[in-house]
Amino acid sequence: MSSIPILKERQQQIHRTGEEPFTMTCGQHSVAGSVSQRACVFCGSRVVLYPIADALHLIHGPIGCAAYTWDIRGALSSGPELHRLSFSTDLQEKDVVFGGEKKLYRALVELIETHKPKAAFVYATCIVGIIGDDVDAVCRQVSRETGIPVLPVHSEGFKGTKKDGYKAACEALFKLVGENPVDSVSPRSINILGEFNIGGEAWIIRDYYRRMGVEVVSVMTGDGRVDDVRRSHGAALNVVQCSGAMTYLAEMMKEAYGIPYIRVSYFGIEDQSRALYDVAAHFSEDPAIMKRTRGIVREEVGRIYPELQTIRARVGGKRAAIYVGGAFKAFSLIKALRQLDMDVVLAGSQTGNDSDYKTLRDMCDDGTIILDDANPLELSRYIIEKRADLIIGGVKERPIAYKMGIGFCDHNHERKIPLAGYEGMLNFAREVCRTVTSPVWRFAPARQ
Amino acid sequence: MLLRHTTETIRERKALTVNPAKTCQPIGAMYAALGIHGCLPHSHGSQGCYAYHRSTLTRHYKEPVMAATSAFTEGASVFGGQANLLQAIDNIFTVYDPEVIAVHTTCLSETIGDDIPQIIGKAKADGKIPDGKYVIHTNTPSYVGSHVTGFANMTKSMVDYFAEPSIPRGKQINLIPGFVEPADMEEIKRITSVMGIETILFPDTARVLNGPMTGTYRMYPEGGVTIEELKRTGGGMATVALGQAASGAAARALDVKCKTPCHILDLPIGLHATDRFVDTLRRVAGVNVPECLEFERGQLLDVIADMHQYFHGKRVGLVGDPDQLLALTRFLVSIDMHPVYLVTGTPAGKKFKSALREAVKDVPAEVKIQVPGDMFLFHQWIKQQPVDLLIGNTYLKYIARDEDIPFIRHGFPILDRVGHSYFPTLGYRGGMRLLEKFLDALLDRKDRDSTESGFELVM
Repeated sequence: MSSIPILKERQQQIHRTGEEPFTMTCGQHSVAGSVSQRACVFCGSRVVLYPIADALHLIHGPIGCAAYTWDIRGALSSGPELHRLSFSTDLQEKDVVFGGEKKLYRALVELIETHKPKAAFVYATCIVGIIGDDVDAVCRQVSRETGIPVLPVHSEGFKGTKKDGYKAACEALFKLVGENPVDSVSPRSINILGEFNIGGEAWIIRDYYRRMGVEVVSVMTGDGRVDDVRRSHGAALNVVQCSGAMTYLAEMMKEAYGIPYIRVSYFGIEDQSRALYDVAAHFSEDPAIMKRTRGIVREEVGRIYPELQTIRARVGGKRAAIYVGGAFKAFSLIKALRQLDMDVVLAGSQTGNDSDYKTLRDMCDDGTIILDDANPLELSRYIIEKRADLIIGGVKERPIAYKMGIGFCDHNHERKIPLAGYEGMLNFAREVCRTVTSPVWRFAPARQ
Repeated sequence: MLLRHTTETIRERKALTVNPAKTCQPIGAMYAALGIHGCLPHSHGSQGCYAYHRSTLTRHYKEPVMAATSAFTEGASVFGGQANLLQAIDNIFTVYDPEVIAVHTTCLSETIGDDIPQIIGKAKADGKIPDGKYVIHTNTPSYVGSHVTGFANMTKSMVDYFAEPSIPRGKQINLIPGFVEPADMEEIKRITSVMGIETILFPDTARVLNGPMTGTYRMYPEGGVTIEELKRTGGGMATVALGQAASGAAARALDVKCKTPCHILDLPIGLHATDRFVDTLRRVAGVNVPECLEFERGQLLDVIADMHQYFHGKRVGLVGDPDQLLALTRFLVSIDMHPVYLVTGTPAGKKFKSALREAVKDVPAEVKIQVPGDMFLFHQWIKQQPVDLLIGNTYLKYIARDEDIPFIRHGFPILDRVGHSYFPTLGYRGGMRLLEKFLDALLDRKDRDSTESGFELVM
């Protein structure tokens, strides 16, 4: 296994910290023929918009794109569940030949009449781009006739990477922003961007801000509602989580409405606390907010600290490998794992950029492997070399970890419990502990 | 109620599929290709396609699923994907060193019109395919058929590329198992092995997607039909194919190409279908049915006899792929149950629909059939008149929960339970397992809903 060759084109996407020079190539399209763990533009758009629960999400294309994204991850809603259904124009051969516009029109009209959504998103998939359906025109027409916003999402799979899909989603969202009055919005108010409520995180975070005395106008898009997005331009500050997904929308809102934004992470005690303090600092004209924030941090940390110490004693010194979608998540994970006294021996992402990787290099100890857009052979090779006890990744990494007899923690779509906030940190610590100390690994044949 | 948006009134939908009972062709082709030993499936399209297929197969089998992609860009979509596929073939043999690359297309590359055989020819001419290694392909446009069609197409391509007509007629029988679980493939091999028949089964995902934990990650697990075996199928005495939709095309192709007479049967689910399977094998191989199989058959019959009171008249709703749907329906009718709602997402044709209709002709209840249909319509039927039991893939769990109906997972995909890849539902033993599942579901419900006075210890 250790003798597997690395593609020449990929050598610049792998770095061992402490070695010079540091020339990480990234942001590139995957090499053809690679077994990358990445997805496409459509996937990026779909994950960003999907949690808006009172909107209709219609996927225009052959059935696959709708089938594979039907409720595949938690996007918890406290109200409507329309987003958990799967709607597709299910294009057939004759549609590909003669065009799918009529079908799209009929589908939209029918669905809007039946379900009365607040807005509709229409996702264009690969072949829609090729056969040349004028999705924009159909959306405009239906919007006129039904009186609700019908928004095209240009998410043809081949038009870039998952990141371009985030951008297409942000463009669609931006069309909703500014549509509703904002008279009732407090001057001490924020939007939470880039939080998708996969395991109920949005509810936890919303509550912290509420207790601080800050109004949350909208969460984009966790437990999202169309009307909240429409008045989101009334907020005084955008608080953006995650490096890639929604910074673009924050930029557009800054440009159009002059709303400043800050980047935060809600993962781990350190970053979660910073996310609260930074917002409090923004509203420094009201010192009571900062005072309350200190109280919240003290109270919340105090609540989880004793159990974290117990867990730390059990998992301390174990080695972890991180392979996640965005690099920003990797930063938080490294800090959180340090809190548990664990060593990070590998850190990689699917979509990190140059400065992300520099940050990673600076954060990690010497000898840590840093990977961009890795394939399973590379992952398993370095995981064995580094004798990792834990892999943190997504759906495709899980069985690889288990086959090698290594613990696994899902930090992606398939997490079932919230990992954000203080209680999320405790959940994370418990999950890590459960897997790395599981008795099953005692029966695992020795790793080679 | 998760599906509170399901309306009770049914109105005809012309342009729309809601909650599909199918997915697209390429994933079936990928699954079939994993049944060749040392094969790396390759998706000629955007990166997302293969990511979704790999994720879905991984969730279903809880095993690593390897595949490569042409990673189409905007340029490839304008100028064609030849350069991508050539580079991919070169990279794959250099880094991942498979025995064979099995290329399938996507809606994107089909619509652009990439000519895959021509590209493979060019790769060969350029020396990108090492000696003794192979690149095969199948066309799997996502806007035609379903995942079952993709499976059938890739299986047929194995015949087209490998079966050698010139091989002298041997004693072995070719078996095409259909889009079934690795455990089912294993069970078919066990049945033929106890009958003393030499066989080649393809594709064969046993020991590929239900392998043991070994402490190492193997890109190419030990299972799968070998290229050598695929070549020898041309010299088979006969071909026994299970399931018209998934296996018919390959069986007929083998018959035409190599004059290997084919017998296309139902999937051997339940007593009668397994009888026909075993009897066909007995006749074409000229062997006797061993006592151990007769014993298993007797056991299956015994369970049906012991519990027939509980099966009688139970209304069942099924959503599944055509081959499973037809075989299960026949099995249910044979044990006196009433399959009343039947849906497949696959456009399986009029003949299939009439076969289903024929299978339920003696059911004393109104039977609704939709081919192709979706789960939204199926749910509407249930809202109008409920059933006692649901059988289908994991997506039925929403309906099961909302309508509070016992539910058995069967088919593809199963994303939330284990067992399906280890324990077969084909053959006599598989039939017993199905009965156990039916009874567990029905009797658990009876226990839950019984009044205190009607609650029984012995059932």
